[in-house]
Amino acid sequence: MIATWLIIVIIAVVLLVIYIYNSLIRLRLRVKNAWAQIDVQLKRRFDLIPNLVKTVKGYMKHEKGVLEEVTKARTSLMQGSVKDKAKASNQITDALKSIFAVAENYPNLKANENFKQLQEELSGTESKIAYARQFYNDSVMQYNEGILVFPKNFLAKMFGFHKEEFFKTEGKERARVDVEF
Amino acid sequence: MSFYEEIASNKRRSYFLIFFFFVFVIFLGLMIGVLYGDKYFGLGLALFIGTIYFLFSYFGGANAILTMTRAKEAKKPQYTQLINTVEGLAIAAGLPKTPKVYVIEDSALNAFATGRDPEKSSVTVTTGLLEKMNRLELEGVIAHEISHIRNYDIRVMMLASVMVGLTVLLSDFLLRSFLWGGGGRKKEEGQVGTIMIIVGLVLAVLAPLVGKLIQLAVSRKREFLADASGAMLTRYPLGLANALKKIKNDPDPLVDHANKATAHLFISTPFRKVKKSLMTNLFSTHPEIDERIKRLEKM
Repeated sequence: MIATWLIIVIIAVVLLVIYIYNSLIRLRLRVKNAWAQIDVQLKRRFDLIPNLVKTVKGYMKHEKGVLEEVTKARTSLMQGSVKDKAKASNQITDALKSIFAVAENYPNLKANENFKQLQEELSGTESKIAYARQFYNDSVMQYNEGILVFPKNFLAKMFGFHKEEFFKTEGKERARVDVEF
Repeated sequence: MSFYEEIASNKRRSYFLIFFFFVFVIFLGLMIGVLYGDKYFGLGLALFIGTIYFLFSYFGGANAILTMTRAKEAKKPQYTQLINTVEGLAIAAGLPKTPKVYVIEDSALNAFATGRDPEKSSVTVTTGLLEKMNRLELEGVIAHEISHIRNYDIRVMMLASVMVGLTVLLSDFLLRSFLWGGGGRKKEEGQVGTIMIIVGLVLAVLAPLVGKLIQLAVSRKREFLADASGAMLTRYPLGLANALKKIKNDPDPLVDHANKATAHLFISTPFRKVKKSLMTNLFSTHPEIDERIKRLEKM
């Protein structure tokens, strides 16, 4: 009798462990996928920047500094941890902003078809990066929460789940909306 | 109640509804069977017709809807901004694949999402919507549609349409077979058979009506939910709130090629406004737009 109960309890515990382990794996996978999404967009912007610099160079003779800044930030982007990438990405965002701000003073440049297209592409990519970051940070939050709460934290430690880093931005980010019914 | 719990409970409700519909189909099949003196014949027939009908609508439904509403695929560079917005919000929602983007040439302000799962989905907007909405409002509308996709609403809505259509089909068949056939065989049935036929008859009359009401209730609940999830994606509930205000004040809510079969898909009801009463309230596919705006502004 006792043996039967013991077996039932053991089976229940094993099932629980499997369930928790799978749910943690799923959360971690989501974080990985979300990160891949950011990477895709960062890469896209990375590829667009040389075109932009080439197009803009001919027009902006006196603004070499702005262009160099973008090129420099670009080269530091493709390696490093989440934190490094976030920092480099923010620098590029700022540098691009100043290029487009300066471009306002060059009517010929603004009329350039190529430039217009690049501007739309880059601003589209910029907002996709923001959305990808939002999804990534939400995923990280759920994952981090998942490995910290009892009793998952024991299993997380046992199976080597570690906290993931957020993709931080400086300054204004749209706040989370808390939806209550 | 938190937002995720709401999604979960809504999903449970949808599963229950689908289950309920299937039970209903089986029941109607049995009715037909009793009428013909062979329960298994009726059951088999109902399940056979049901399955074929189901497969056709499930795999061809989305395309049929796009053809019916005369939607055309949106292409760059004309619709670059729209495509970018859809791509961005699909990323924000973590969709496995970017939905296809379609446009309807129509001055009305409307949009819908359809498909059977997030991998095979599409978002459609009218050209009128693109002209009259600013970027934030467009984002709000698209986020609402993307939420329908992510929450699997598109699948449930499609299933609901399939089920309602099927119920109508079967109950129609039941009525016909009562009127035309069965007369001779009926006498051989016991009292139980007669009672079942009467109950079946009542059900056959009520079935399309009940089915329709359930579809509407599901559809309306989903609109609130999609509004809320959309706000989670854009982090800016007022975008959609302002878009809904524009839609509300637009004098031309009609989408030319919308009909009763596609109405529940749209972001706001594609028909002319009718006088408000309990009946129109029960039969409308969408909740009151003012109520939706109010909820969005409170977030």
